[in-house]
Amino acid sequence: MTDFVTPREMAEMIPSGCKLGLAPDDYAAAPGLVRMLIDRGIRDLHVVCAPIGGMQVDMLIGAGAVATLETSAVSLGEAGGAPCFSRAVRDGSIRLRDATCPAVFAGLTAAEKGVPFMPIRGIIGSDVLRKRDDWKVTSNPFDDAEKIVVVSAIRPDIALFHAPEADRFGNVRLGRRRETMLLAHASKKAFVTVERISETSLLEDEKMAAGVLPAIYVGAVAQLEKGGWPTGLYAEYPRDGQEVEKYARAARSPEGFQAYIRDSGSAA
Amino acid sequence: MSEACTSRELMIYTISRLLKGVRHVAVGQSSPMPAAGAMLLRALNERDGLERVQVSILGSVKHNSFTGGAEELFDCAAQGRLDAFFLGGGQIDGQGNVNLVGTGDYPNNQVRWPGSFGSAYLYFLVPRVILFREEHSLRSLVEHVDFVSAPGVSDETVYRRGGPHALLTNAALFSFEKEAGRFRLESTHPGYDWRDIRGTTGFAYDNEQCEITTPSPDEATLALMRSRIREELRECYPQFAGNMPGPG
Repeated sequence: MTDFVTPREMAEMIPSGCKLGLAPDDYAAAPGLVRMLIDRGIRDLHVVCAPIGGMQVDMLIGAGAVATLETSAVSLGEAGGAPCFSRAVRDGSIRLRDATCPAVFAGLTAAEKGVPFMPIRGIIGSDVLRKRDDWKVTSNPFDDAEKIVVVSAIRPDIALFHAPEADRFGNVRLGRRRETMLLAHASKKAFVTVERISETSLLEDEKMAAGVLPAIYVGAVAQLEKGGWPTGLYAEYPRDGQEVEKYARAARSPEGFQAYIRDSGSAA
Repeated sequence: MSEACTSRELMIYTISRLLKGVRHVAVGQSSPMPAAGAMLLRALNERDGLERVQVSILGSVKHNSFTGGAEELFDCAAQGRLDAFFLGGGQIDGQGNVNLVGTGDYPNNQVRWPGSFGSAYLYFLVPRVILFREEHSLRSLVEHVDFVSAPGVSDETVYRRGGPHALLTNAALFSFEKEAGRFRLESTHPGYDWRDIRGTTGFAYDNEQCEITTPSPDEATLALMRSRIREELRECYPQFAGNMPGPG
């Protein structure tokens, strides 16, 4: 059963110390809810970026909420590098697990299928591989001459993302954003903020149904209009480039970051 | 006469030349010039009645037909359905290794860049990977990278059908010699000669005393960049498009 809750209630339902899977900026990121996590002082998160992070991840790092970060990149896009991330790397205040995008997807696919690992092409000879004790080089069991990388399953406790629409049964429309579908399938449960809630089932329309995440995977839904702001929501609204720039400038110093969080509103 | 071709327009045009003959080219996040180059090839081929080019721009709604999510690009690459891709890199070295992670010792790099993205995978699988790094300097083009996000060459025990094809900067164009595992200087951009390139490149390469100048686009191609390409870029790269020459 999917719980329908307020955004504040959803923020309370995400415990410190959990493994939290997050979607990329401008696809299905949920910075609105992330702001509430920061407001309530969440700590010790193991953040899994599926497969990259942006402003919401940088804000969590700046707020001291992240213990471990598993990601293929963190960037603010046209607004440049992620300032809190860069600072935390220099200070050594987060444990880093650098990845490459398809390896994150392979790990999530393993979890989705309930198998312990997934083989993947490439990666051999990179320092990314050398720094990962949960990735290994093995030989193809069907052809001993061939070496191949295997990555272990990635199973977040909670996937948190923002979507255009849910129905009152807990089904969530993701459309073409299948990587968010994968993240939800791989995680123990998905918490979703949405722009709107439909009274009729999203599964009724055959043309739409294939792009709908069924309620089976959805632990909780909260309506939060503009919950993707100031980043964008895929095919709904673009990022607010000026606001992200404003953040990028402010977060260059820890004091500036604190002032930004204090003074700027979240979507709620 | 219109405004002269800018350095960025020359690079965009050069990218379109490097892509000649591809059926499917994909462009990653935060890559406005590669996106523009791919869009330009598509537009030129349409104009000239040549083969249709599939352009997949990550982050775009209009210029991306994948319905399988971000994984689909990687699956396409592994199956050989993708002919060309672009990689940047804070550092690129003479063996074609790229570093998108940072300088100094990992994990506490003094300068940290966003991260490896899909490089550690796509470099092995996409036949024509174009290395694009606007800054041509001793700190960006180094003898050995501080961190290997993706290696330029692999031994025969590793499945590999892709790798570096060319290296383009704001000053020069190199090709990559797969057998030798080295770059070769192909041309220098207007305003630079081979001595400038030797002085600002941190690794050894072939054809050092290259006298060829990178060709500039003709008026019609330049006009196409400043109209259709600029408009197509606006969806994903509004700031970059706004800074390109063009009407309005």
